[in-house]
Amino acid sequence: MRILRAIFAHTSGRIGGAIVALYLLLAVLGMLGLTPHNPLMQYRVDRLHAPDSAYWMGTDLFGRDVASRLMTGIGQSFTVAFFSVAFATLAGTILGLAAAWFGRWDGLLMRIMDVLLAFPAILLALLIVTVAGPGTWTSIVAIAIVYTPIFTRVVRGPALSLKAREFVDAARTFGSSSSYILTRHLLLNLVAPLTVQVTLALAWALLTEAGLSFLGLGTQPPAASLGLMLSDSRNLMETAPWLMIFPGLAIMISILGFNLLGDALRDILDPKMRRSIA
Amino acid sequence: MNYLMRRLATFPLVLIGVSVLVFVAIRMVPGDSITAMLGTEAGLLTPAQRDALAAYFGIDQPWFIQYWRWLLGLLHGNLGISVTYGKPVLDVILERFPLTLELALLAMIIALAVGMPAGVFAATHNEKLSDLGVRVVAMIGQSTPNFVLGLLIIYTLSAGFGVLPAMGAFSPLWQDPLRNLGQLLLPAVTLGFAFAASVTRISRSAMLDVLSDDYVRTARSKGASNRSVIWRHALPNALIPVVTLSGIEFGYLLGGAVIVEQIYALPGLGRMVLDAILQRDYALVQGSVLFIAFNFMIVNLLVDLAYVALDPRIRLGER
Repeated sequence: MRILRAIFAHTSGRIGGAIVALYLLLAVLGMLGLTPHNPLMQYRVDRLHAPDSAYWMGTDLFGRDVASRLMTGIGQSFTVAFFSVAFATLAGTILGLAAAWFGRWDGLLMRIMDVLLAFPAILLALLIVTVAGPGTWTSIVAIAIVYTPIFTRVVRGPALSLKAREFVDAARTFGSSSSYILTRHLLLNLVAPLTVQVTLALAWALLTEAGLSFLGLGTQPPAASLGLMLSDSRNLMETAPWLMIFPGLAIMISILGFNLLGDALRDILDPKMRRSIA
Repeated sequence: MNYLMRRLATFPLVLIGVSVLVFVAIRMVPGDSITAMLGTEAGLLTPAQRDALAAYFGIDQPWFIQYWRWLLGLLHGNLGISVTYGKPVLDVILERFPLTLELALLAMIIALAVGMPAGVFAATHNEKLSDLGVRVVAMIGQSTPNFVLGLLIIYTLSAGFGVLPAMGAFSPLWQDPLRNLGQLLLPAVTLGFAFAASVTRISRSAMLDVLSDDYVRTARSKGASNRSVIWRHALPNALIPVVTLSGIEFGYLLGGAVIVEQIYALPGLGRMVLDAILQRDYALVQGSVLFIAFNFMIVNLLVDLAYVALDPRIRLGER
């Protein structure tokens, strides 16, 4: 509750929060099928119809309603982003804590993460998607694998310094078990940096998902996805600019929302960084 | 230089890790390179012909034997033959690399030329309206995917001015510099925009940190001019985060900008890797991923070395 109030008091937090909330609403409506039209329905007579009161954002080459497809596309993008970031956070936290706590594994684990980090993100995702075949779950796994090393690093660094602090020694002297110390003393102190990282990673995951489907390696047609809609718009840019403008803006604003929220959270949760980020 | 040696010693380990990963991963892609190469004609091959082709490309062996052979070749500077291009892998990579390198350099020049002055300006006008303006633009810039910006640029040009970006056959810098720059300018702007936004944000925050330091106050009280305080005293110390960010971004750009190359139809490294993956051109994927990872690690090492040059207090070995 306190954190919500703090976000509300922060200018970019307010804007970012509002954007994210709006997108969540659209995503849920899109996934529940509560769209103005059926997103797969082809209104053949109204092909490439310009935006008006019947089709708020126009129709595409097959006469499908762009606004409805945009809503289901947002649902699709958010599903991929949320699941992939959730998996990456979980895996990264476990690996980061393990590396920090069990010194023996540290070298090996961090070298494996170095290997993954030596790949440009989109290239690694491309490779994974090609191996597993394109689709929603593959995108989720691919993006999760790409971001796991980053979360591992975010957790390992602070965990190492926390491990050396007196209160951890004290807990050990009391006879607390490793798992108790890890969850109660380390994990709890890592919530703040993790929250910031999760918000920013969501922005990156949305970007990567859009990029993958733009290249035809994410969501497969006829399902709607923002990247795919944008990619399809390329040949019709001059006759039907709305096919490009709405999905393009939708991707941009969603990323903006998470970036603003992430900045605000960093200001709120990490007072040391306050002035330097703003 | 102890640090440098230790850092260089980890290179082969990470590269072996990268190559094993790619080697195994690309072999898990459904389908094989012979079918991908010959298309429907592959169906006309007799099993014996197919076996002969597989033996010719060395893909009839288990993966670890293939890997061993490949590693031995690598030590002799031989990355294998690309199935799609029918040429040595290194030649194919080196044909594409100049474009990727030039594009990455141009994007970085744009990012630094726009981002640093904007960041310094915003920091010196902290909390004023102009600062807010710079921050808003930078935030939007950072949130604009390059493929959205690329399409918007192409749309604005074609709908507003009736011109299309110069596509068609790509001309290298040394053959026709003007045409080359004409072809690369818009892709570079597309890549440089979000990059510039990040540089703006990071140089602004670094400048703000430095400007409140005691030595800056001392310089001011000595009567140093505002300009000299900002450019001579403050900026050099604010450069480290800017160098870090630019280095990492540049390292990524050297891996090729798959989507931007796709949008502007440029024959760069990124599209080559994508095609190689889709074509199951094992040798080319392995070779190019190794090449990209190596470049990335070199750039990261150079960034670390740049720290020492920028701040003599930093001793790399102790970090």
